[in-house]
Amino acid sequence: MAATIAEKIFSQTCGRAVHAGDVVMAPVDAAMVHDITGPLAVRVFRDMGGEQVFDPERIIMLFDHQVPADSIPAAENHVFMRRFAEEQGIHNYDLHEGVCHQVVMEKGWAAPGEIIVGVDSHTCTYGAAGAFATGIGSTDMGFVLKFGALYFRVPESIRIEVEGTFPRRVGAKDLILSLAGDIGADGATYRALEFDGPAMHSMDMAGRMTCANMAIEMGAKAGIVQPDATTWDYVTARRDLEPFDLAGDSDATYAERRRYSVSDLAPQVAVPHNVDNVVSVDEVAGTKVDQVFIGSCTNGRYEDLADAAEVLGDADSFAAGVRVIIIPASRTEYLKALRAGLIERFVEAGALVEAPCCGPCMGGAFGLLAPGEVSLSTSNRNFRGRQGSAQASVYLSSPATAAASALYGEITDPREV
Amino acid sequence: MRVWKFGDDIDTDAIIPGRFLTIYDPAELAKHAFEGTRDEFAGSVREGDIVVAGANFGCGSSREHAPLALLGAGIRVVIAESFARIFYRNAVNTGLLPLVCAGAGEIRDGDTITVDLDAGFIEASGKRFAVEAVPGFLKTIVEAGGLVAYARDLDEVEICNMQ
Ligand code: SF4
Repeated sequence: MAATIAEKIFSQTCGRAVHAGDVVMAPVDAAMVHDITGPLAVRVFRDMGGEQVFDPERIIMLFDHQVPADSIPAAENHVFMRRFAEEQGIHNYDLHEGVCHQVVMEKGWAAPGEIIVGVDSHTCTYGAAGAFATGIGSTDMGFVLKFGALYFRVPESIRIEVEGTFPRRVGAKDLILSLAGDIGADGATYRALEFDGPAMHSMDMAGRMTCANMAIEMGAKAGIVQPDATTWDYVTARRDLEPFDLAGDSDATYAERRRYSVSDLAPQVAVPHNVDNVVSVDEVAGTKVDQVFIGSCTNGRYEDLADAAEVLGDADSFAAGVRVIIIPASRTEYLKALRAGLIERFVEAGALVEAPCCGPCMGGAFGLLAPGEVSLSTSNRNFRGRQGSAQASVYLSSPATAAASALYGEITDPREV
Repeated sequence: MRVWKFGDDIDTDAIIPGRFLTIYDPAELAKHAFEGTRDEFAGSVREGDIVVAGANFGCGSSREHAPLALLGAGIRVVIAESFARIFYRNAVNTGLLPLVCAGAGEIRDGDTITVDLDAGFIEASGKRFAVEAVPGFLKTIVEAGGLVAYARDLDEVEICNMQ
C-alpha cells in the first residue's frame, strides 16, 4: 500500500503496516539529552523507578546550552549529568564537541529510517539524514531512558516539493524562512514535513539540516528530507550501513502537497516577534542593528561561515558599533573554518569568535540584548525575550544576509554587497 | 477562578525565559512565569486560576519548565484554541490539563470561569463553551495522574503495541 516516509519508518520499525493516526509504542534508535533539559529527564527517570537506562550505547549526552558553565547552577547541572553518565556507562561528549544537533549528525548517530528522540525541540534536524527525529519533553525522555520506547502518534505528512535553482547569495535559510511565512507557525502542527524535489536534492547536507531544523517552527513533529546519494554518502562515511530506498510514494495519502520554486526567491528575513513574520529583505533593509549573531544549530556550519566570509570579502572590518558574534556549531566545523582561514578573517574584521555552543541563541548564557536593542541572528527563533530583554527585537536571516548587515550596521541585501 | 487571557502563539520563551532554565522547582519557576511579557502574572496569580489563550499555545522550545512554571503558579488547567504539539504532551505528562476550546477567543481576561470536565464544557462570561477531551492514550496518562505515575507501575512496555 502506498505510504509516506513517516508511515514507512514506523511500519519498518514495527514489522507491520501502520498508518497516519495510529498510536504505537515504538522503540527508539537513539536518544539525546543535553545540559538544560537533561537533568530534569534524569530526575523523572529516577521518579519512575528507573535504575538502569535501557541501553547506554544508544544515549547521546552532551552540554551545549550553558558552556562553559556560566553560573553555579549550570555548573551543578553539568556535574549532575557527568555523574549520571559515569554511573550508567553512557558516553558523554560533555562540552567538548558543540551544539547537540550538529554533533548528533556529524558523529553519525542519525541514518535513514531510524527513530530518534531528543529533549530539544530542534531534534527534527536529523530528518536531514532521513531519520524520523522529534523533540520531546523531559518527562517523555525519562520514560525513554527507562524503556527505550515511547508512544507516538504516526503523523500525517505534508509533502513539499521544491524546484528551481537558487539565485546568487540566496539559499536554504531563505527557503525555509519563506516556507515558515507561507505555512505559518502552527500550519504543520502534529504533521511531518517531507521534503523532495530537485532543489532539495541539489542542496548539500548543511542546507538540508537548516531546512529540517526549522520544521518545528511550523509546528511539525518531524521534517524529513527524502534520502538520496548525498544522504547516503554522508551517513556511510560515518556508519557501516548498506544504502536502501526510502521514498514517500507519490500516491500515498498526504494531508497536503505544496510546490515551491527557489529560482525567484529573494533573501528572507523574519521580523519580530514571530518566526512566521517573514518578509523579503528589501522591506526591512536599512533597519539599524546592534548585534549580529552567526551560528546555532540552524546556521553554524562551515558552509554557513563560508557564505558569511564570502560576503565579507576583503573588507577591512564590520561596521563600527555592531557587535558581531560568530560561533561555529561544533569543534569539527570550527576546525574546518580555522584551517580555511575564515576564523582569521572574522577576527581581523572585528568579530568575537566563540567556542562551539548555543551562545546567544536561547538567551540563557551570554550575548544578551538590552531593552531597545536590535539583533540580527542566523538562529531559528525571534520570540520576544528569546535573546535577552523582552523589549529587544530579534530578526532572523541567512548567514549571507547577516554578514552583509554586519558590514553596514543595518539590515542589508547581500546581493547588493 | 479567574481567567488569565493570552493571545495567539504564546511561546515557551514567554512562559519561562531561557535564563531561568537552571531552575527545576515549580514554585521557584513560578516566580518568573511570563517575566518580561506579563510581569503582573507571577505576583497576582492564585491557586486554581486558569490560563486561556488563542491558537498555538506553548510553541517553541521543548522545555518542560513551561508547564512546571504554570503548575507552580497554581494553574491546573490551560484552555486554548489550539496547542503546540510538544507543550500539549508535556502538559499531559506533568499533570497540567490542556483543553482545546474553539471558543476560547471569546473568553475575556479577568472573567470568572468554571470547568465541568465530566460534562465537557466550561462556563465563562455567562456563556457555555464546549471543550475537547484529551484524546485516546493520553487520557490514560491523565487518569494515572501524569506519565511518572503511569510509568512507575510498569516494569516493561510492549514494544510496537497499538493503542
Ligand atoms: S543553537 Fe539554539 S536552537 Fe539550537 S539547540 Fe542551541 S539553543 Fe536550541
